This record gives sequence, C-alpha cells and structure tokens, in this order.
Amino acid sequence: MAKYILKRVLYMILTLFLIATFTFFLMKMLPGSPIASSPKLTHEQLAAVEAKYGLDKPLPVQYGIYMKKMVQLDFGVSYQFKGANVTELIINRAGPSFLLGIQALILGTIGGIILGMIAALRQNTVWDYGSTLIAIFGISIPSFVFASLLQYWIGVKGGFLPVGLWENGWQSSILPTIALAMGPLATSARFIRTEMIEVLGTDYITLAKAKGASGLEIAFKHAFRNALIPLITVMGPLAAGLVTGSLVVEQIFAIPGIGEQFVKAINSSDYSLIMGTTMFFSVLLILVIFIVDILYGIVDPRIRLTGGNK
Amino acid sequence: MEKILEVKNLELSFHTFAGEVKAIRGVNFDLKKGETLAIVGESGSGKSVTTKAIMRLLPESSSEFKNGQILFNGKDLTKLTDKEMQKIRGKDISMIFQDPMTSLNPTMTIGKQIMEPILKHQNVAKSEAQKMAIDLLKLVGMPQPEQRMKQYPHQFSGGQRQRIVIAIALACNPKILIADEPTTALDVTIQAQILELMKDLQKKIDTSIIFITHDLGVVANVADRVAVMYSGKIVEIGTVDEIFYNPQHPYTWGLLSSMPSLDVQEEKLYAIPGTPPDLLNPPKGDAFALRSEYAMQIDMEETPPFFKVSDTHYAATWLLHPDAPEVTPPATIIERMKRFPNSRYYESANGGILK
Repeated sequence: MAKYILKRVLYMILTLFLIATFTFFLMKMLPGSPIASSPKLTHEQLAAVEAKYGLDKPLPVQYGIYMKKMVQLDFGVSYQFKGANVTELIINRAGPSFLLGIQALILGTIGGIILGMIAALRQNTVWDYGSTLIAIFGISIPSFVFASLLQYWIGVKGGFLPVGLWENGWQSSILPTIALAMGPLATSARFIRTEMIEVLGTDYITLAKAKGASGLEIAFKHAFRNALIPLITVMGPLAAGLVTGSLVVEQIFAIPGIGEQFVKAINSSDYSLIMGTTMFFSVLLILVIFIVDILYGIVDPRIRLTGGNK
Repeated sequence: MEKILEVKNLELSFHTFAGEVKAIRGVNFDLKKGETLAIVGESGSGKSVTTKAIMRLLPESSSEFKNGQILFNGKDLTKLTDKEMQKIRGKDISMIFQDPMTSLNPTMTIGKQIMEPILKHQNVAKSEAQKMAIDLLKLVGMPQPEQRMKQYPHQFSGGQRQRIVIAIALACNPKILIADEPTTALDVTIQAQILELMKDLQKKIDTSIIFITHDLGVVANVADRVAVMYSGKIVEIGTVDEIFYNPQHPYTWGLLSSMPSLDVQEEKLYAIPGTPPDLLNPPKGDAFALRSEYAMQIDMEETPPFFKVSDTHYAATWLLHPDAPEVTPPATIIERMKRFPNSRYYESANGGILK
C-alpha cells in the first residue's frame, strides 16, 4: 500500500507540474494584461510597473521565476486587490465554496443513489418513471437555469430562503447546494438504476434468492455494493463538474466564493490569482480522484491496491 | 419408498413479446427420499425451467403456472406466497448452479456467503454459524477452511468455487438438493472431482437430489433414476439401467446413439437430425415425431400417453401401443438391449450381463 501511495503521489506532482506549465502559457496567450486596462498610465509609468512585477522579462524567464516561487508555495500578490497575498485570498474565499461543493456532492450522490434504487426496485412503475423524469430534468437543465428558477420560486415568491449572498449562515447555502447537486444527482440516479437492474439479473443474486434471502436483503446486502462500483468511477468527473459548476452558481447567488473570485480574476487578467486558483482547483481534483481510487479498493475486493494479494 | 416431492401435471408458460412460450407442458414425476433423479435433455427441453419452477426462482412478472401442482410436505409450492417460499428456499430445498464463476457474490467473503443461510434459517449465534461454515468447508474438501473463510471468490479456482456453492447448498441439511448442471462449466478433471464429491456427500447426508444434465456419462455415474425431457415434457422415465439398457422412446434412442463410445469403431458420431420444436407453437402429437424416423401417422395427431414398461419404467411413445408395428431400434441400442434381462433382445447365452 505504501509503495502504491508513493507512486501515486509522484504522479500527482507530475500532473500538477504539467497543469501549471500549460496554464501559465495559455494565460500569457490571452490578449491584455493586468495593467494594460488602466488607460491613465503613460508609457513610462507602464514600463515602470511592468518592470516592478517582472512582466518585462522574456516569457521563459517569467516562467522560471514563477515555477520557483510556486514550489515554495508563494503564488505572489494579486494585481487586482492591491498588495493582497494570493494564498490568503484563496484561503479566505475557499470556505463557502468548499461547503457548497461538499454539500452538493453528498446530496447529489446520496439523493441519486436513493432515487436510482427506487427506480430499479420498482422497475416500470410510476416510481421508476418519476425518478427517470427527475433525472432527465437534472441532466438537461443547466445548473444556472435551475438556480434562477430556485431563486425566483423559493427565494422571491416563497420567501422561505435567502435569494443570494452569504449573510444568513447555513441557510444561504441551501439553494445553491440544490442547484449544484442536480447534475450529480441525475447522473448517479441513472447509473445506480442501470447497474442495479444489471446486478439483480446476475447468477449470484439468483443464488442469494435460492438461499431464502428476502427482496430487501438481496437489494441491500448483495446487490447494492456491486452496483456502487461503476458509480465510484464517475465520482471523480462528478466532483470535477461540481468545481466548474460552482463557478457559475456562485456568480448567480452572489456568493463570495472562490469561483466568483476566479471569474473576476480572469476578466481582469489577474495573472497570479488565476494561477493560484487553478493550482488550488487542480490539487483539489487530483486529491478527489486519489480518494476515489482508494474507495474503489474498499468497495471492490478484486481491485485491492496492495499490489500482490499474498 | 417415501415420496418427498411430487410434481403433478405441471404446465408453465413464459409471456414474451412474441407470445406465450409453453416451456413446460405437463410434467409428472416424483422424487423419493434419498434417491438421485437425473433429468436429461437437450438445451431448451425445459429441464432447468422445471427445477427453477420448483424453487420458484423464475421471474414472477413473465412466467405463469398454467396448471398442475408441486407437492412438498403436503404443501403446493405453486400456491405459496413469497414469504412462505423464502422459508423453504435454502432450508428444505436448495440449489447448486451451473457456473461457479458467476454464482458467488464478488464483493462478499465466502465465509459470509456460507453463513448467510445458516443465520437465516437456523436459530444460532454468529460464532456458532461460523463454526458450522468451517465444518461445511471441510466437508466439501476445502483445505485450510479457517483462513479461506475470509477470502473473496476471486481468490478461488472454478472447482473450489463450485465446492463453496455446494457448501452453501448443504448449509441447512436440505431435504432436496437441486443440482442444475453443476459440472458443465468445469473442465473434465474437475468435473470428475465434483461428481465424486457429490456422490460421497450423498452417502454422508440423507438428501434427495435432482440432477440436471445433458451429459449422459454423468447420469450413469450419479443417478438412481432418469427422466428424459423433450420440448417441455418427460418422454421417458425409469431406473438408470432401464433407460440405458432398455430404452423405449425414439428420442432416448437418439440421445444414447449420439453418445461417443469406446467400443464402436464408427468414424462419425451420430447426431439427431433437425432442431427442437418452437414452443411458441408446440406441435400436435408427439413433439419428437418430426425428427424421428420411427414416427407414425398417429404421432402427428395425438399426444402419446405414458405406457408402462415395468413398475419403474414408463415411456410416452405410441410405439408401445399394442397395435403399433414392431420396429427395430438403431444397432447401438440393440447392442445395449442385449445386456438387459427383460428386453426383447436379451441374449444371456451370448455373454450378456446376468444379475
């Protein structure tokens, strides 16, 4: 196990290095620069500011300096927020995003599993069609449309929950969480339904029936764990979807999260903040994928990651 | 001998998109205490469906009992509720399946899988169930049972897995054990081991066995009695000797002739011509008539009843009717009949086997 984890960590570092490199050059290819948008500066002033931030140096040199600092976990200062340290900016903003992401992931997968199980166990009944309908809505309606609908009906018309912002504590997180969770919920519901139906048709389920197991025992003791395996496979991409989804949803709900900050950073070519946020997201995603791989081994004994099984 | 299971005039259909498939069309047999009854027949003859019907393992939504009874312990199994059936499955009647590679749950330790029916049907503590499971593994010849309890199916070979499936089936000392082609998916040497094990076990525990197979070699090895099925009906039933050495139904003749033999120097192995009938529209009369060179006019029109050959031997063919002309069975069958004391070709003076 230790050997496996070490190997994975090395790969993770390599991945991060590649992501950092690509993002750096892609970002530099974007038109504009953090200071070009200030029309009041004269040429001399511009040159002076560029020199101060090292933007006058050739690209490979800038890249070298950047990478060197990044290894020391120094992402520089933001161009946009005067003198603010990027690492601090990210940490301050990560809280709401993190809460939303985790809540949406839990709601999405657990809700999806329940919905999918109902659909599979009550195949071709009203229950099944209802759950299918919800899943189709979840997949086809983009999260920002769904978010606006929630805001209007529950926030404005109903007045039960805050329409936006992050000022009512946990209550503020409910609507954005639901908006964010719909996609993963729909995906996992479909996955679980298909898998459960397939697993329920296997020989080992017939054998479990032949042992005298009841319908519920078969569904939960025998079928569920086997049906879960493919869902774990898509958990990584689902989590990635939540990260990107939160960019949009945070904007709509005006939540001071990291996604919102990221969008602003791109709009104003805030190089160091873009790089910092990208690296933060990448680390997060790579960690999620790593956790998913470990989970795999826990659920499916055939994929225990110990290497040899002696 | 005491009858433990009686199947009476069982008829069962599957509802498919194409229409109603009459998979079982009036099956009658009984199972006596402690005996092994083999059901043989080609694919689609209804042998597996019959036993799955006894276990009530067919999908409720698409299968339907049209007629008949399955009597066990005075109860008609076709009429029981799901709950009542769950108490019988695994306890009184249990089953061994064809493919051991797919019949064990891949994400559950084999210990748990063996303990499941014990905990379900017997009122014992978990530690007691564990001991019983280890004993079962010993019984089916698994080395190091304590360690292996904690392992998963993928850590076992095909033969070992079938031993585990057998251990599960025997967990509650069932009165009836149904073995649905238990050796078909195994290679030949393992087949022999599993058959040996089953014969051995039958001596140790007093269980009646229904053994489904299409392998006549296996039948000769394990069975006391044999039922030959064809297109959803039993066409001939009798003791092993009666079926092997004095068969009466042309289908049984065909089956036995298509068995490779070491004595015969023929170059080409016999095969029954044609294919089994479509059970969406089962033929009138004897379903085998269309493939049989011995078919008569009446075979096309009326279903033959069972004619008695001996107290234990019955066959459903018009050839046994007193008015039927005498036909000559295939040469290999005559060779077999020569060795059977009550058959018309018996030649005791010529070195036939005397009892």
